[in-house]
Amino acid sequence: MFLTVVNQNRRIVITMKNRMVGTKGNNIKKDEKRNFYLMVAPWIIGFLLFTLIPMLVSFALSFMKWDYIGKAKYIGLANYIAMFHDTLFYKSLTVTTVYSVVSVPLTLIVAFIFAMLLNSDIKGLSVFRTIFYLPSLVAGAAASVLWLWMFNPQFGVINTILSYFGIKGPGWIFDKNWALPALIIMSLWSVGGSMLIYLSGLQGIPTELHEAAKIDGASARVRLFKITIPMMTPIIFYNLVIGIIGSFQIFTQAYVMTNGGPQYSTYFYVFNLYQNAFMYFNIGYASALAWVLFFIIMALTAIVFKSSAAWVFYGNETSGGKK
Amino acid sequence: MTENHSEAKINTYKVHFKLIKSESRSKLITKIIMYSLLICFSIVYMIPFIWLLSSSLKTNADIFLMPPKWIPNPFVWKNYLEVFIQVPFLRFLFNTSFVTILVLVANVFVSAMVAYAFSRLRAPGKNLLFILVMSTMMLPGQVTMIPLFIMFKTVGWVNTLLPLIIPSFFGGSALFIFLIRQYFSTIPKSLDESAKIDGCSYFGTFTKILLPLSKPILITVGIFSFMGTWNDFMGPLIYLQSMENFTLAIGLNLFKTQYTQNWNYTMAYNVLMIAPLIAIFFFAQKSFIQGIVITGNK
Repeated sequence: MFLTVVNQNRRIVITMKNRMVGTKGNNIKKDEKRNFYLMVAPWIIGFLLFTLIPMLVSFALSFMKWDYIGKAKYIGLANYIAMFHDTLFYKSLTVTTVYSVVSVPLTLIVAFIFAMLLNSDIKGLSVFRTIFYLPSLVAGAAASVLWLWMFNPQFGVINTILSYFGIKGPGWIFDKNWALPALIIMSLWSVGGSMLIYLSGLQGIPTELHEAAKIDGASARVRLFKITIPMMTPIIFYNLVIGIIGSFQIFTQAYVMTNGGPQYSTYFYVFNLYQNAFMYFNIGYASALAWVLFFIIMALTAIVFKSSAAWVFYGNETSGGKK
Repeated sequence: MTENHSEAKINTYKVHFKLIKSESRSKLITKIIMYSLLICFSIVYMIPFIWLLSSSLKTNADIFLMPPKWIPNPFVWKNYLEVFIQVPFLRFLFNTSFVTILVLVANVFVSAMVAYAFSRLRAPGKNLLFILVMSTMMLPGQVTMIPLFIMFKTVGWVNTLLPLIIPSFFGGSALFIFLIRQYFSTIPKSLDESAKIDGCSYFGTFTKILLPLSKPILITVGIFSFMGTWNDFMGPLIYLQSMENFTLAIGLNLFKTQYTQNWNYTMAYNVLMIAPLIAIFFFAQKSFIQGIVITGNK
């Protein structure tokens, strides 16, 4: 105890001394600057080597015709123009948009409901939390192969359970009308990540707010819509942005489960891009597709950011800016 | 007069009592509804795992039984052995672990170092640089995918594990930098100032003061990194060509395509692939949740 006080005093004296030296020699600041750049250097090198230069190359490639082997030929905007005449491009865009528009809000709502249930003073919280989070660990190929088997129309678990209720299940991923809904259902299995983020947000809402509202006679529903949801909007906003970006990059499910079919009903944007880049070797066209995807994601993010002024509530005392 | 008064009192008590009773009853009802919802959802969310385990232990005949059985009879543990016989599973496991561990160490350390610089040090251009870091989160990997492939092909790294490992040594990921920086901002600056006064360098302050204090977030980020690499599909799909270099994810897809009728083997493979993820999650769960809660509230 005594020691810390002495230490603290010593520190204050030394800090003052250092400050004086600092203003005189500007020595320390230089050292600080140098350390900053040294520590950030790996990121800068990585950014140049693995992001910026590839981006420029990709942009250049989007104006060329190339198949990895021959000479690349400049063809101007031809790749972008070709896109507008490509029915598969439209198909992939539609499939991805439908998936995104349905799956992202559903995921947000389900994750929110789970977080609300878990936040309400229940026993066994950690058990339920673990159960809802575990599926998020199983992603990519593992989840796709598992659900492929679960969606099996004859021997799969989903149609088996439906048959207990006397329902004859559809062909799921083998039926062009049910393949996309099947993948949306599958996406609801991995809401755990968003749920944890909501849960931590809910736990951060000051209890006084709810208590004060209760004394004023606000019902549970009023409190949900007037306190909980407004307080949660920054987190909903974050999950929405992440969800949109993620949904436009769906690939593994299409590759492992459906191969884009049946009849292109799960022909996702990135699957189309992959096929052009690594199956048909249309490097230029694939690069153009990548840039259009980039612009779509940027535009959607910008719209969400713009709209956020109207619905995202940043409390004055929490002042939780994103950046 | 007094009698009246006390009667009124008793009446108000009665009303009160009724209110309390009805309140506790409605509370009880909501409790019951909530628990039943939680239990129902839990069952629904566990069904895929149960189905996975059950399928992995069935005989091939039982896999295609109508209606399916939930509990395998007999339990065929041999399916798991079969996975190792049919494909070089140990090789896949080694490749995946090798990539995952190296990426994890590099990713977490470099991200933390960059986060430290952004959180504690001052230099011109810092804010602009931070905006740049954050904006890379929006860039879809598909934009850089093709040039990176060409680049790694020219240096002869295609069909090696290097393209999956090396980039993580340069800069980590924007999300991790952001999360760790958020966490660092909860640690009082006086701590590293006093370390500096005791003669610690900036790097020393980072490794000796901030890193040990940030275990929850490092574990959180570590688990994210582990999951991301372990489950990564597109990267290995693009870069790996011969079977001895395959990771578990690519191997699983190959397995599924080759043994279409052997769902029991495929599910056994899947169990073996998922098991390490679940084991690590349970091992680090407490810190993981703590890390998310702290950064989520920031």
